[in-house]
Amino acid sequence: MAKVSITNGATKKAEAVSAKSRGGLAKCPTGIAGFDEISEGGLPRGRPTLLCGSAGCGKTLLAVEFLVRGAAQFNEPGVFVSFEESSPELAENVRSLGFNLEQWVARKKIAVDHVAIERSEIEETGEYDLEGLFIRLDHAVKSVGAKRIVLDTLEALFSGLSNEAIVRAELRRLFRWLKDRRLTAVITGERGEDSLTRYGLEEYVADCVILLDHRVSDQITTRRLRIVKYRGSLHGTNEYPFLISSHGVSVLPITSLTLDYPVCEERISTGVRGVDDMLGGKGYYRGSSILITGQPGTGKTSLGAHLVDAACRRGERAIIFAYEESVSQVVRNLRSVGLDLGRWTKKRLLEVHAARPTLYGVERHLVEMHERVGEFDPSVVFVDPMNGLSITDQAIELQSILVRLIDFLKQQGITAAFSQLYTADTLHEPVGISSLMDCWLELRNEEKDGLHRRTIFIRKSRGMSHSNRRHEFMLSSRGFRLEPLPDLVAQHAPRTELV
Amino acid sequence: MKTRPVSLKVRRPDPAAKWQLRLYVAGQTQKSSEALANLKRICDTHLAGRYRIEVVDLVKKPSLAAGDQILALPTLVRKLPPPARKIIGNLSSEHRVLVGLDLRTS
Repeated sequence: MAKVSITNGATKKAEAVSAKSRGGLAKCPTGIAGFDEISEGGLPRGRPTLLCGSAGCGKTLLAVEFLVRGAAQFNEPGVFVSFEESSPELAENVRSLGFNLEQWVARKKIAVDHVAIERSEIEETGEYDLEGLFIRLDHAVKSVGAKRIVLDTLEALFSGLSNEAIVRAELRRLFRWLKDRRLTAVITGERGEDSLTRYGLEEYVADCVILLDHRVSDQITTRRLRIVKYRGSLHGTNEYPFLISSHGVSVLPITSLTLDYPVCEERISTGVRGVDDMLGGKGYYRGSSILITGQPGTGKTSLGAHLVDAACRRGERAIIFAYEESVSQVVRNLRSVGLDLGRWTKKRLLEVHAARPTLYGVERHLVEMHERVGEFDPSVVFVDPMNGLSITDQAIELQSILVRLIDFLKQQGITAAFSQLYTADTLHEPVGISSLMDCWLELRNEEKDGLHRRTIFIRKSRGMSHSNRRHEFMLSSRGFRLEPLPDLVAQHAPRTELV
Repeated sequence: MKTRPVSLKVRRPDPAAKWQLRLYVAGQTQKSSEALANLKRICDTHLAGRYRIEVVDLVKKPSLAAGDQILALPTLVRKLPPPARKIIGNLSSEHRVLVGLDLRTS
């Protein structure tokens, strides 16, 4: 059934918001990852919401997920009235999202009614109304005790019936009917030329209007969701990227940006004794975020892998997201610096995920990271390199997504290391990102007297005393080792940087 | 679909055909009684003795609406002879009803 692991946190929060009915308006949580966050709790309860967008933008899928999650997570049965697809077609189409519609129909939690209108088969003469539709809706709603209803898409009425005056009058009656029954309704509508919907459905739905859009840039399709209107409620006004994956729809950011995560006093080893020493002898704070920067070949991956290795040695779980190398390549290369990650993957303590950053839009990677983290529940995450996530031009947008990812990891108390690659021509500092990081380690490869000197420097480390000297280190089959530092403490005056 | 030449001539009804008509209504409304009265009159004129009308009140039997894809009311469905045809409205125009029942070309 629909996987909800990553959405649990969001959902709980959404419920809380809904219970409080912020601003006097009761909310109906959708359970859709990220949506309840940007809508401050979900859709307006007991009221209709218009969901519009061009063909293929994901209206139907989003609507189905609203019903399935309603039945699965909130014990709110629902009715899906399909004016376009037959029930088997619909069930087939949503199966790829992991939704088993037939199962919910069999359990009498969801009713599906396919309303087919074939204009060529219908002769019209004299007065009529759409009472037949109301009777069917009423019947379906009663059959499952529905609290939610989806009408997908009502505009078929306009193309199916020639008397537009009757259709409009009946639509008005329909929206009143839905409100009277306190149904949380989603009405889908096709995007018009210069209006939200082709037949102006927006004039009937005053409460909430959501616009979906998909466009192609850099040969990568991105989907966007925007809450155009939400009467009586706060809501995010931006365009938010969203994804359709095998787990359903995810709207980014999946989590909201807060600064209320728990702070941990516990320290964990960097996996390298010398680096622990540099960090006041104790290593990183647990749950902090660590930035490792450097040019190619400076040992960023090795340093991050040591952190992962140390976690696994303690019996904790860890995930590596590799955006440059394949899984086997990562494992092989790290073996050359004395790290046997293979044994941790065998013991199911380590997962390594490798993906080409260009393969999908960055949003998909971020959603995947959320899902993996939610499923595996690691204590340490290593993203190598973070550049893999920022190859597109939408740097600002990306940064806000990254901010939220880091935030998400912090909220889970996960220690997260991010490597960041600098090439000679991009030596600018990652100012925007570094401010989010608690600890910033800089690695360098310098040539001196015909020898490569590898050095490590702590650019910052919040809340602890740390070395302010550039230290030399070795990278060999014995791992990442600092040159002997017998007088480390004596060589520098430790300073405390509290940011 | 309708490419036949325009003709107002009433077709000679096939005496072998058995006409089964179903009229869907919602309760005893003015529209329902008008539709039934109009239908009876037209049938008596053009299908005397060869038709049967079944009135289905969806208020009493809501589950029957989906089967014939009923949306608008009143709706007249020609169950027999095939193919099934639908006419919606109070059947006020005899001409449109005859066209709808395929008794007359439009």
